[in-house]
Amino acid sequence: MAELSYREAVAAGIAQEMRRDPDVLFLGEDVAAAGGVFKATEGLLDEFGPKRVKDTPISEQAIIGATMGAAMTGLRPIAEIMFSDFFAVCWDLVANQIAKTRYMTDGQCSFPLVIRSANGGGSRFGAQHSQSIENWAMAIPGLKVVAPSTPADVKGLLAASIRDPDPVMFFEQKSLYSVKGEVPDGEHVDTLGTARVVCTGTDVTIAALAAMVPRALKAAKILKSEHGISASVIDIRSLVPLDTQTLLKSVSETGRLVTVEENPRLCGWGAEVASIVAEELFWDLDGPIVRVTTPHVPLPSAASLEDEVLPNVERIVRSVQRLVD
Amino acid sequence: MLECRGLEKRAYDLFMQNLVKGTSHLGLGQEAVAAGFGTAMRPDDYTFCTYRGHNHTLVRGVPMTAILGELMGRACGLLRGKGGSMHLTSIQHGVMGSYAIVGAHLPIAAGAALSAQYRKTQQVTTAFFGDGTTNIGAFHEALNLAVVWKLPVVFVCENNLYMEYTPIEQVTAVKNPAADRAAAYGLKPILIDGNDVDVVYETALAAYEKARSGDGPSLIEAQTYRHGGHSRADPGKYRPSEEVEAWLARDPITNYRARLEKLGIDGETLGRIEADVQAAVDLATETAKESPKPPLEIAGIDVWADGGAEWRN
Ligand SMILES: Cc1ncc(C[n+]2csc(CCOP(=O)(O)OP(=O)(O)O)c2C)c(N)n1
Ligand SMILES: [Mg+2]
Repeated sequence: MAELSYREAVAAGIAQEMRRDPDVLFLGEDVAAAGGVFKATEGLLDEFGPKRVKDTPISEQAIIGATMGAAMTGLRPIAEIMFSDFFAVCWDLVANQIAKTRYMTDGQCSFPLVIRSANGGGSRFGAQHSQSIENWAMAIPGLKVVAPSTPADVKGLLAASIRDPDPVMFFEQKSLYSVKGEVPDGEHVDTLGTARVVCTGTDVTIAALAAMVPRALKAAKILKSEHGISASVIDIRSLVPLDTQTLLKSVSETGRLVTVEENPRLCGWGAEVASIVAEELFWDLDGPIVRVTTPHVPLPSAASLEDEVLPNVERIVRSVQRLVD
Repeated sequence: MLECRGLEKRAYDLFMQNLVKGTSHLGLGQEAVAAGFGTAMRPDDYTFCTYRGHNHTLVRGVPMTAILGELMGRACGLLRGKGGSMHLTSIQHGVMGSYAIVGAHLPIAAGAALSAQYRKTQQVTTAFFGDGTTNIGAFHEALNLAVVWKLPVVFVCENNLYMEYTPIEQVTAVKNPAADRAAAYGLKPILIDGNDVDVVYETALAAYEKARSGDGPSLIEAQTYRHGGHSRADPGKYRPSEEVEAWLARDPITNYRARLEKLGIDGETLGRIEADVQAAVDLATETAKESPKPPLEIAGIDVWADGGAEWRN
């Protein structure tokens, strides 16, 4: 095991796959010579050269369009959209073209591509550089949606996404880039569509994603030590495909579910999870399903204000306590 | 060109008989562009076109029955009814899709060209689009990227003088919407008579030669005119009748027939070709009409590469 940062795990995952498969290319703004604005792709240009690691103009439609065209003609491209908020300027290519073309053409082509993007808040960047938009992608049939919380998952799930024959939206939580963690040595490839049980408890299941996972874990520790409440924490990791079995099994054991979501309230991923659990486990539930989310507001910039709206450890603890007591 | 004309006329008739539902955008009058480029291509070249793409699909060798069947939503349709008139695609013929969001396919075509360049296959990609498309961002992003990366792609603007209903000159900063913008991307302006199939063919050959020898993209503006309205049963009443008449006199097929006769091809031979094409259209129509509706279960498959549509376990 080597200790890598979340950002180093990005480059390690891409490099592992580029070494293995000459059809893998990587393109985006400032990703090659500069190594990415978050320095998550440093070293790739040196190792693989400018034919495979390409700096693009500030042209999100061209980046995503070129990625789609390359994928439908035999390559396995990886694109970077610098901030996930910028998907708003190329959403046609993602939502109308990449997601639907296989279906519309009666399965004549497929799109083995990955679009990586820095997603989420906590970095004081304000409302247009901080959104958590996994649920935008999740709402569209034809896109797989992944959001890792640890360096090991970044490498393993990124490798799995690159090998996957379908389009994968890969959301990296930007406030986690400097977090370090153990990453398995040698080739590391994980499996899409699998949630991870981070810790097991008996009173409540807390389901979380990306930056909300470490917060949920911290909350679980406080709940145990200060309130005698035993919580399971599940890292959802992959929204599409969604590992409902792991989730349903846990909730059937604890009888309670709390989701912790970074997105604004309406139509966040937790709403879908809650509806599945309500429909399939209603008679096993010991209380209402509770969603902890950012309120339905854009994200403010000032540290004090951003901290006020993003779900924090204290709010998770309070919500769980109220549910269990 | 004759096959395109016959197919599109039949598509119109079928629409009026309510056998084609939804919408349909015909290329009547614009046949010379698709035919000229289609003839100049290699079989393994890629084409990307718009919702007005029946001609561009046919010229790559896609059977008429599959096209008419798709328009009618039948099992014999090219996409078995999952795409419809605006999305004709046949990967095996190099028809990489018909795109219904204005401009979307230009960057995608650049990506196919990037792939051919990377794989060193000498394939050239052609993207066909309308005059109105030159005012959307994707056009500019794709052109810039293609030039910066010297991609083997040919952008073909079919200037039929109108977007849907608005004359292009009312909404465009320059007179020739594509040609006058070529300089902004360091490209030579190429403005041609898109109703003269020989001119189109020669222009295409030169652009393909340039792309295959590694000299990058071309932007070609082909001036043409649609004989009918924008879509469905649009009678095109917003167009002055003198304009329509002038362009009908420049019909690519009538004029090419006259040229062939002048070159000594007798009327009997030409008449026979016309009759053969008509018979092929009739046969394709009857075959498509007899084809059943597609099996209902295909509505729920092929979201993913494994053929399925599962999103959970
Ligand atoms: C992004 C987008 N905006 C608007 C439309 C509606 N629309 C469909 S065709 C069309 C006109 C396009 O004009 P042009 O590019 O000249 O092509 P033509 O139809 O003349 O072949 C419009 C506005 C669309 N499909 N996509
Ligand atoms: Mg037009």
